[in-house]
Amino acid sequence: MNTSVANTGRTLWAALRMLLVLTVVTGIIYPLVVTGIGQALFNDKANGSMVKVDGKEIGSRLIGQSWNIKGTDKPDPKWFQGRPSNSGYDPLTTGSSQLGASDPTLVKNVRAAKKQVAQFNGVPESEVPKDAVTGSASAIDPEISPAYADIQVKRVAEANGLTAAQVQKLVDDHTEGRSLGFMGEPHVNVLELNIALKELAEK
Amino acid sequence: MSPVLADVLLVTALIGALALVHRPLGDYMAAVFQSRKHFWVEKWIYRSVGANPDAEMRWPAYLRGVLAFSALSVLFLYLLQRVQDKLPLSLGFKPITPDQAFNTAASFVSNTNWQSYSGEVAMSHVTQTMGLAVQNFVSAAVGIAVAVALVRGFARSRTGDLGNFWADLVRCTIRILIPISVIAAVILIAAGAIQNFGDIHTVTTLTGDKQAISPGAVASQEAIKDLGTNGGGFFNANSAHPFENPNGFTNWLEIFLLLVIPFSLPRTFGKMVGNVKQGYAIVAAMGIIWFLGVVTVTWIEYAHPGTASQLAGGAMEGKEQRFGEGPSSLFAVSTTMTSTGSVNSFHDSFSGLSGGVLLLGMMLGEIAPGGVGSGLYGMLIMAIIAVFIAGLMVGRTPEYLGKKIGTREIKLAACYILITPALVLIGTALAMALGKGESSMTNIGAHGFSEVLYAYTSASNNNGSAFAGFAANTEYHNTMLGLCMVLGRFLPMVFVLALAGSLADQKPVPATAGTLRTEKPLFTGLLVGAILIITGLTFFPALALGPLAEGLA
Repeated sequence: MNTSVANTGRTLWAALRMLLVLTVVTGIIYPLVVTGIGQALFNDKANGSMVKVDGKEIGSRLIGQSWNIKGTDKPDPKWFQGRPSNSGYDPLTTGSSQLGASDPTLVKNVRAAKKQVAQFNGVPESEVPKDAVTGSASAIDPEISPAYADIQVKRVAEANGLTAAQVQKLVDDHTEGRSLGFMGEPHVNVLELNIALKELAEK
Repeated sequence: MSPVLADVLLVTALIGALALVHRPLGDYMAAVFQSRKHFWVEKWIYRSVGANPDAEMRWPAYLRGVLAFSALSVLFLYLLQRVQDKLPLSLGFKPITPDQAFNTAASFVSNTNWQSYSGEVAMSHVTQTMGLAVQNFVSAAVGIAVAVALVRGFARSRTGDLGNFWADLVRCTIRILIPISVIAAVILIAAGAIQNFGDIHTVTTLTGDKQAISPGAVASQEAIKDLGTNGGGFFNANSAHPFENPNGFTNWLEIFLLLVIPFSLPRTFGKMVGNVKQGYAIVAAMGIIWFLGVVTVTWIEYAHPGTASQLAGGAMEGKEQRFGEGPSSLFAVSTTMTSTGSVNSFHDSFSGLSGGVLLLGMMLGEIAPGGVGSGLYGMLIMAIIAVFIAGLMVGRTPEYLGKKIGTREIKLAACYILITPALVLIGTALAMALGKGESSMTNIGAHGFSEVLYAYTSASNNNGSAFAGFAANTEYHNTMLGLCMVLGRFLPMVFVLALAGSLADQKPVPATAGTLRTEKPLFTGLLVGAILIITGLTFFPALALGPLAEGLA
């Protein structure tokens, strides 16, 4: 009995020191080395791919934003709109609705979103794509499908005093394909598209 | 290109990359665990710890090392969370409450990485890097060490020695996990994942709104989160968060990372027992089940059954645009079948039947291909059960790799396969009976029950993914799920190491004409059949109440 107590004590003592040493190696040295490499080689990306307009940071190209009229929950017709978000695009409460594919609340939400998007953009409900009426996983999805961008062109052009052809060209220029041609889905980054739109409208 | 064709290419590229890498990586890992040399940094570690890396351990000593190291890890991680506000780089976050801190400590030490907190508003820089990320490394290394000890049990004869736990732990961390993680982390940063120790900073957007941008050492944690089949996201949205997983390429890379060690370890096993074909029979069984899961879930998600998905025109609720249905399904199956539990889309919003397949993937015991280490030892236990069944059919004492599967061995294997089902079913039944299940559900009806079943399945099998509508952050669930995680991790390890010891003691039986050829496709088929029947019979009633009832409604 005594030897097993002594054994256990010795093992615990070694285990404690092992944990501390490995904490230094994997918990301090490892992240600092990676941070050093990342900050030196990919400074912009390591710090969040921030986007500047007129010298001021206005967001990250990777983090979706709300494009509502300030202080309201109404979408602003002059901007391209992103996907429905469970948190109003607050990066401090990421995550989705968690509602099941047959859940009555989700059915109601989808139906309401479909009607709203169709009316807002002046298109029939049958043309509203799936990403426009479903909440993203992160609640800060920075992107929409090219189809959702397309149905917004007419409304955005009118609100900004541009022609539909001008705005459609912007959308086409900002449509990104799959990574390496086959990884993921084609998408349009809403923030970058809206920045380009702002520049065009101010010309 | 149609989405389906893109998905076919995506899966083909994944299988191709795994096929290419498993051989050098598997051989390298075998060499690491059989090497007699120590690196200078390893020597420094052994010296400062006071451990002799060349001392052989019998199974009780090896187990003592595993348990002592893990128990202290739980304690250390618990304390770190409780005092995080007093440490530097706290970001102003409060200490984690006792029940949640216990849950999180149990979760990360048991390689489960179930999260009842939201990282972006709860965990400080220090807790993330010096607490959670450390366990991402060492809990993975502990799993691999135990698997290697079992393989030595098969490979060695007439000795009870299983190697040295400290040496296995250190070598796995230093020579395998860290180098791959550094490379993967740098690639992730290059693709857009963040890596900094800044503050939460607020920007004014074009509409005049304020938006808070989160900081963090994300890429370094992301790499080991996937490589070590851990799965605990830096942020609440996990790999759906664009800072963790910025594009289609990183998504593929992360899936590759979480599969690469589990699919390479059978090669290590084959190398160490002196017959790589034995490893291929095992990896084939893993691959068949994983592939069937991928095809099934992808197909269901594209078909998008479910009233809401039908109305929307696709199953995009809880999925990101840059990933879409196919890559999200591939990620979901790979993460549930590897005991990883990171998510790039929310499983709660998958269609009922897909959710059932994901649940089943965990219920199989995380063996297709399973977590790092735990997948291999889990599969070897099933192989023992399979040769036992085959032995019963022909009336011969079963053997596996020249070792007799006698009464003691089969008892240990049977105990192993009973533990997690018992934890899952009793845990779920208790939660429901005590009314603790209903109060935590987001969804109603059968899907609500699936949320509870999923939580206890995920915790007991050390997966860590969730039907995240389930409100797990209550005192009851934090405690019970924490216990399920610890028992589901360490009780099976006791039986694995005891089995390893008893196998290593035996003298090998020469193969005869009557020996079951366990390196042949016939055995792979028998193994897959045994796995599906055993799990099917155990969990069918529970699945019928949840996902099957929902999916067939």
